[in-house]
Amino acid sequence: MPAPSSANGPSLAFEAVTKRYDGGTMAVDHVSAEIDAGSFIALVGSSGSGKSTLLKTINRLVEPSEGRVLIAGEPVASTEPHRLRRSIGYVFQNIGLFPHMTVAENIAIALRLDGERETADRVADLLDLVDLPREFAGRMPDALSGGQQQRVGVARALAARPGLMLMDEPFGALDPVTRDQLGAAFRRLHDRLGLTTIMVTHDMAEALLLADRVLVMQAGRLVADATPRALLAGEGGEEADALVAVPRAQADRLRALEGRA
Amino acid sequence: MTGPFWSAMARVPDLLASHVLLAASALLAGLAISLPLAIWSARNAHVARLSLGFASLVQTIPSLALLALFYPLLLSLSALVGGGIPALGFLPSLLALALYALLPILRNAVTGLLGLDPAIVEAADGVGMTSWQKLRLVEAPLVAPVLMAGIRTAAVWTIGAATLSTTVGQPSLGDLIFAGLQTQNWALVLAGCVAAALLALIVDALLGLIERGIKARRRWQVWTGAGLLLAGIALALAPLWPSAGGGRTVTIGAKNFSEQYILARVIGHRLEAAGYHVRYREGLGSAVIYQALASGDIDVYVDYSGTLWTNQMGHDDTPSRPEIIAGVADWARRTSSVRVLGALGFENAYAFAMRGDVAKRRHIATLADLALQAPQLTLGSDLEFLDRPEWRAVRDAYGLRFADTQRFTPSFMYRALASGRADVISAFSSDGRIAAQHLAVLRDPKGAIPGYDAILMLSPAHADDARMAAALKPLIGAIPVETMRQANYLVDRDVDKQSPDQAATWLERRLDQPIRPRPSSSITNSVSATNANITSTHIRQKAEKRRS
Repeated sequence: MPAPSSANGPSLAFEAVTKRYDGGTMAVDHVSAEIDAGSFIALVGSSGSGKSTLLKTINRLVEPSEGRVLIAGEPVASTEPHRLRRSIGYVFQNIGLFPHMTVAENIAIALRLDGERETADRVADLLDLVDLPREFAGRMPDALSGGQQQRVGVARALAARPGLMLMDEPFGALDPVTRDQLGAAFRRLHDRLGLTTIMVTHDMAEALLLADRVLVMQAGRLVADATPRALLAGEGGEEADALVAVPRAQADRLRALEGRA
Repeated sequence: MTGPFWSAMARVPDLLASHVLLAASALLAGLAISLPLAIWSARNAHVARLSLGFASLVQTIPSLALLALFYPLLLSLSALVGGGIPALGFLPSLLALALYALLPILRNAVTGLLGLDPAIVEAADGVGMTSWQKLRLVEAPLVAPVLMAGIRTAAVWTIGAATLSTTVGQPSLGDLIFAGLQTQNWALVLAGCVAAALLALIVDALLGLIERGIKARRRWQVWTGAGLLLAGIALALAPLWPSAGGGRTVTIGAKNFSEQYILARVIGHRLEAAGYHVRYREGLGSAVIYQALASGDIDVYVDYSGTLWTNQMGHDDTPSRPEIIAGVADWARRTSSVRVLGALGFENAYAFAMRGDVAKRRHIATLADLALQAPQLTLGSDLEFLDRPEWRAVRDAYGLRFADTQRFTPSFMYRALASGRADVISAFSSDGRIAAQHLAVLRDPKGAIPGYDAILMLSPAHADDARMAAALKPLIGAIPVETMRQANYLVDRDVDKQSPDQAATWLERRLDQPIRPRPSSSITNSVSATNANITSTHIRQKAEKRRS
């Protein structure tokens, strides 16, 4: 899928997307939302709220029981899963680097699936993009730290020049410092490459600081949809307020500590 | 022991080749079945339960029994499709061993696939791999080391269990072990064991080399291991080419005791002299050997008239010896086109024997005398006698009721009698040990035991083979029981044992001499003559050793 490096990401739409499991559990309950091309969306909710399931309906790792997902007006169900996924970057908490392949082979895997042979230059560019030294190309994944591994994960997801990035708790397993650095670095990449990004997180502070727009899910339903500014102003509704209250209270307590010192 | 051991080792190369081919084929067949099954099982829990359950069930069947079960299975399958499926030899061995190889491969492959880090599988899906790409690029390389461990286990098991294929007539290193056990020739047993163990060790080491090569991603190591294995298989294939072109191969069958081994070699030597290429299938059970002949899996063997009369034909009367032979010959020709070429001249009947001193002390001379004291005595029998109709006939005719019965392999049966663990044994009348151990054979006044003339049988394909008939005719009526006893004793005795092949050569030299009729009371004399012979060879060998 050749596209210019400053590709504009596609728009996205959920139309009454529902996922019901065999036991009768509703993981996602009639979610509808329109997402503009090039926006950075945070999908926030507590564990089990259905946010990851909703995200995976986009690249068909989960097939909805009802409703549909459209990318740039095109239903995802009309493309074969493996073709669809090659046009979408996917980064998730457990990273999933292939342990038997070098960093370079991991990054180039999507290119190799498309039959490309000459991948060395592209791998070097991608390593630059995620701020890793080029000599990492020949290393094995287990020789890297967690943060470095997730940078490789991001590079792998970007290799095929996707317009759309799906990130499932991408920085959840990293230490706070690395997490903050990587979050900010990725936001810069998002802007530079003109991506459309949907990031699942349970951390409201991260969502507020990185995203243009925050969707809040609870028990499979979309309960709030607002900009970070609006959420902080208390315009997101009851459930969103409860989530925003946590980082706010922490910030207040930290300030109080500083004041005392 | 080095001399006999090295002469036993001389038989190893041919047997090793067919052992390697059998084990390799079984392992490949096992892989061909278990790998697709493992992939399917890893994707479907229901299939996993069924396939692993089946493989475990197979594993609980003793391998000897599994091999034996394939004989009737293939026989009925062959009957179903109108013949053509061999029920003995390579095919049943291959199937049984392949089934045996399933479990370790299947279990390791499924465990490996299910144990893959879910994140890696999710990543493979996430980057857009098809199911086949996921298998090839991610699952196969990651599972390979675990899978190789399973293949190693399967290979070692298969090589070990392949020794048992001797029992269904497939030549393997087991031929040495079984023949050695029957004739108490420990050099043969040792040669078979050492060769099989070395083979297993080498194969395991080469597979281990491949396994470590995969783990460490060292291609040369993988290719070296695989190359050496393939070279070994190619080498084992080599002996097949000339014989495949040679054409007229005749398979000679033998049951599992010395006399049968010796007669098979006598027949073999004659057929080789007549220009046939000869193969031996030794150690066949008395129940399967006739079927093997009728279906053409073997071409010629020696059976005993009474055995066929009672077991195959189901008679419980005991007419005269010539009547039984005529009856068997007629029945064999009518029912399965098998030809009885004739009787060899001696009888190998079941004979109840006791230690001479014990028989004298207890005043037992006949089966009727025995019946009176049986409740205080232990009967030692060979492995099958107590299940045979002959035993039921004798038991019912005399009302025999023993305090205890114990089964032994024939060699151990004679030892049990000597040591007093058994008081009476079901001996064989042509056995040299009867005279050598001074045993008293009990008379059968009611004639309850049928005649057991040794008869030469030809398969339907060779029933009209004039050249074969001409080559074997000189054996008809040519072997007196004394000569057979002496030949058997050469193999069965404990000191200065001869191989069946050597005994066969000895027997052939005797046949070339004109046969002098002897009075039947001279059994003891003729065996002590053999003993004198033994002593003289013994002395000669000692003298030779001293000289060297």
